[in-house]
Amino acid sequence: MSVKFDIAETLDVKGASCPMPVVKTKGAIDDLSAGEVLEVLATDPGSMSDLDGWATGTDGVEMLEQIEGDDVYKHYVRKTE
Amino acid sequence: MSTDTSDTAADGSRAEEASRDGASDPDEVPSRAELAARVEELESALAEVSAAESGKKMSIVATKGTLDMAYPPLILASTAAAFGYDVTVFHTFWGLDILHEERSKNLKLSSVGNPNMPVPNVVGALPGMDRVTTSMMEKKIDSNDTATIEELIETSLEMGVEFQACQMTIDLMGYDEDDFYDGVTTGVGAATAIQDMADSDIQLLV
Repeated sequence: MSVKFDIAETLDVKGASCPMPVVKTKGAIDDLSAGEVLEVLATDPGSMSDLDGWATGTDGVEMLEQIEGDDVYKHYVRKTE
Repeated sequence: MSTDTSDTAADGSRAEEASRDGASDPDEVPSRAELAARVEELESALAEVSAAESGKKMSIVATKGTLDMAYPPLILASTAAAFGYDVTVFHTFWGLDILHEERSKNLKLSSVGNPNMPVPNVVGALPGMDRVTTSMMEKKIDSNDTATIEELIETSLEMGVEFQACQMTIDLMGYDEDDFYDGVTTGVGAATAIQDMADSDIQLLV
């Protein structure tokens, strides 16, 4: 459960529902440099599957970890290129 | 070349012709099979290059203008853009209302024709019922923090989604080009949509 990456930026999409968590994550990743990690905080339960699917299907990003908390779903995405 | 048994006879006669035409060494004339293999090789290399260049594409045709049917094309378009797809949405007939700046803010939900609606069709057909069901849906959208149609259009435009408004339907409905959101492409027809679909990895009709 512990997070072992340096987080460059945190994106708060709590309250937002599909498709906004994915769309806003994409926007936030675009603003990072290669190698940096984005933390995404969401309350949409669909974000677990959707952000994982997005990271798998998208070039230049890698899903490092997804944590299902009590109220908040945390996602850690690295920009790879 | 000479070990290519299937084409030896034809090769031989072509070689004779070639030498009559002044070719110095008949052995240097490639066989038909070799040429075909070479063409195939070049074609597949070319296909690889153009696929890498063009990237992933999605083409959606949006034909419906009710509040519920406006969501799927916009959600899929913005999500595909987040995946890196080059997305085009061709809006025709009632789908045009989604791009109409004023009408898109007043899209209605039909209270009849959907057995899952909380009111029976005979009640739903009463005057004003569409307004009631639409406002029920709008309240749900608001309380659930679901994006509005306007937000989805603005977000999609920012992400580079190309929205096209079918010219024939613009004329049919008596709309003006200025009625649409800034950034919407007008002056396009079915041939543009077909061309786009032919080039796309994903094609959807909504």
